[in-house]
Amino acid sequence: MSAFDFLLQGLGTAADPMMLLYALIGVTLGTAVGVLPGIGPALTVALLLPVTYRLDPAGSLIMFAGIYYGGMYGGSTTSILLNTPGESASIITALEGNKMARKGRGGPALATAAIGSFIAGLIATLLLAFLAPWIVKVALVFGPREYFALMVLAFVTVSAAFGDSALRGLTSLFLGLALACVGIDQLTGQARLSFGVPELLDGIEVTTMAVAMFAVGEALFIAGQHGQQEDEVTAVKGSVWMNRSDWARSWRPWLRGTVIGFPIGAMPAGGAEIGTFLSYAAEKKLTRHPEEFGEGAIEGVAGPEAANNASAAGTLVPLLTLGLPTSATAAIMLAGFQQFGLQPGPLLFATNPTLVWGLIASLLIANAMLLVLNLPLIGLWVKLLAVPKPWLYAGILLFATLGTIGANPSSFELGMLLGFGVLGYVMRLFGYPIAPIVVGLILGPMAEQQLRRALSISQGDWTTLLQSPIAAALLGIAALALIVPLILRARGKGEMLSQLAGEED
Amino acid sequence: MSTTGHEPQRRRDTAALIIAAGLVAVGGVMLWDSSRLADLGGYSGVGPASVPRVVGLALMGLAAWTAIEAWRGDFPQRPAQNSAPVLWIVAGLAAQLMLLHVMGFSIATGVLFAFTARAFGKRNLAMTIPIGIVFAFVVWAVFSQLLMLHLPAGPLEHLVFPRG
Repeated sequence: MSAFDFLLQGLGTAADPMMLLYALIGVTLGTAVGVLPGIGPALTVALLLPVTYRLDPAGSLIMFAGIYYGGMYGGSTTSILLNTPGESASIITALEGNKMARKGRGGPALATAAIGSFIAGLIATLLLAFLAPWIVKVALVFGPREYFALMVLAFVTVSAAFGDSALRGLTSLFLGLALACVGIDQLTGQARLSFGVPELLDGIEVTTMAVAMFAVGEALFIAGQHGQQEDEVTAVKGSVWMNRSDWARSWRPWLRGTVIGFPIGAMPAGGAEIGTFLSYAAEKKLTRHPEEFGEGAIEGVAGPEAANNASAAGTLVPLLTLGLPTSATAAIMLAGFQQFGLQPGPLLFATNPTLVWGLIASLLIANAMLLVLNLPLIGLWVKLLAVPKPWLYAGILLFATLGTIGANPSSFELGMLLGFGVLGYVMRLFGYPIAPIVVGLILGPMAEQQLRRALSISQGDWTTLLQSPIAAALLGIAALALIVPLILRARGKGEMLSQLAGEED
Repeated sequence: MSTTGHEPQRRRDTAALIIAAGLVAVGGVMLWDSSRLADLGGYSGVGPASVPRVVGLALMGLAAWTAIEAWRGDFPQRPAQNSAPVLWIVAGLAAQLMLLHVMGFSIATGVLFAFTARAFGKRNLAMTIPIGIVFAFVVWAVFSQLLMLHLPAGPLEHLVFPRG
C-alpha cells in the first residue's frame, strides 16, 4: 500500500467520534496553553501523562499531538496582543505582530497567523505522511551504531550548537545524563546511584522531572520577578478579516515559512524557534515594503507563524520514524508513547500501523479544528489573557502536583518535584537551557544501550562506530556542530547563535 | 534567591563558583558510585560503570570550565530576584508534601494553592486557603471519582465520599 492508502485508512481511524473528541480536547487545551504566557506544550503534555495512562493509547497520543499543534497557534495570539510571547516559537511574531496590533491592525495580524499556521500545518503534515515511509525504509537498515550516532548528534545540537553558551548547554545535558544513570542498569541489573533508596531503583521519572523543570521552576522564576512589570493587552479593533493586499502579501511568506520550518523541525536541531528566525530574516530581505519592517509588516507575522507550525510537524518525522525527539515537547511525547509500552520507530509502522496513521491523519483534522478555534473564536482566547497571575500560577502548581501525585502518591516523588523545581529555578536564573537536561534524561539510557549493543557486536572494537558510513557521517556532523559554534563564539560572532537559542518548545 | 547585579563589572562570580563546586560534587558521587559496581563488560568491554564514569569525568571537566568563566566574570547578568515570593512557593510545596498523607489531597493542595497565590500578590490567606481547598476538592472529586486516579484521601474527602 502507498502512503496515500495508509493515510486514507488513518482518516478512517481518526474520524471515529471518540478520536475526534480527543483531538478537540487536545487542540483546545493546546491553544489555551499557547495563549497563556509561562506554560507551553511541553509542560502540558507532561502534566497530562499521568492522567492519561488509563485512557486509550491512540486517543491520548492524538490529544498530545493536538496540544503541540494548538500551542503553536495559541502562542501567536499572545505575541500579537500582549507583546509577551506565549511560547518560545512565537518570539519573532511579537516583533511585527504587536506593532500591527498597536496600529489597530491586530485583526489581520491574527488572521494571517492563523491561516498561515493552517496552510503550513496542512502542507507539513502531508509531507510527514509521504516522507515517513521513506525514512522508515532507510531506518530499517540502522543498527545500534547508527542509532547511537544519531543520538550523539541530537545531544550536541540540543545542547551546544545554539544558545549563548556551549558550557551551560553541555552542563545541562550532562546533568541530564547523570540523572539518566540512576536506577537499575538495563543490561546487568546492577543498581546504580540509588544509594539504597528503593524509590530510585526505577530511575528518575521523566514526567516528574519535566513538570518540575517547566512548571515549578518557571513559577519560581516568574514569582521572583513579580512586581517589576505589568503587561497590557492590546484590544482587537476592527475586522479580523484580511483585505486583498493582506492576502497578496501573505501567501508567499506562508509557503516560504513552511519550506524553511519543516526541514528545521525534522533535523535534530532542537526547537521550532530557529525556523521562525530564519523565516523572518528571509521575509525582511525579500519584501517589497522594507520600510514597514519594524513598524508592523504583515510578512513578518505570516512567515514565522507558518514556519513554527511547519517545524512542529517536522519534529514528528524523526520522532515517529526513528524514535528520536528533537525538541522538549517531542521528548515528552516520546515518554507518552513509552508509557503505553510503544516504542516509536520503524517497527511501530509495521506493528501498529493503525495507531501511527491514525495519529498522522488526526493531525490533519486537528489542524482544521484549530483554524475554526482561532479565527471565529479568537475573542474567547483573548479573555484568557485576563486571568490574574496569582490564580493562574496557583492553578498551574495545583495541576503540576496533581499529575505527580496521580502517577505515584509518595512523599518521595513530591520531594523530587520540589528538588528539581528548585534546580530548574537556579538553572533559569543562571542562564542554563532547560531542554538539554530533559533530552539527556530521556535519550541517555537509549544512547547507552545502543552503544553497549554496538560494542558487543564488534566485541569491544570502538572503530566499529566509524566503519559504518552513516554512523561516521552523523558523528562527523555532530563534531562539527560542537566545534564550529565554539569557534564562532570565540571570534565574537556568538550573538547570532544566542538569538537562535533553543528554549523549551 | 541571590540579588546580585548591582555592580556591572563583577570580577569574581561567587555564585557561579558554588555551581562549579556543586558539579564537582555530582561528578565525584558518580565516580565513587561507579567504582563499587562490578564492571561486567562482557563482550563489549563497556559495563554498567563505564557510562557513569564518563559522565562523572565530563561533569568534573565542565566544573573546571565553569570555574574559569566564574573567575573571569563571564556569566551573564542575572535578573534581580525577590526572595520572599520564591520562598512562599517552596514553603507551599513543602507544606503540601508534609500534609498530603495526613490531611488528604484537598487540604494539602489548598495550602499550596494559597501560598502560591500569595507569592503572586494575593496576600489574604484567610480568603485564599478556603478557596484553594474548595478548588482542590473539586479537582480531587473529578480526578479520583471520574478518572480513577489514585489521589490520597483525608478527613475532608472521607466526609463527602465515605468510601473514598
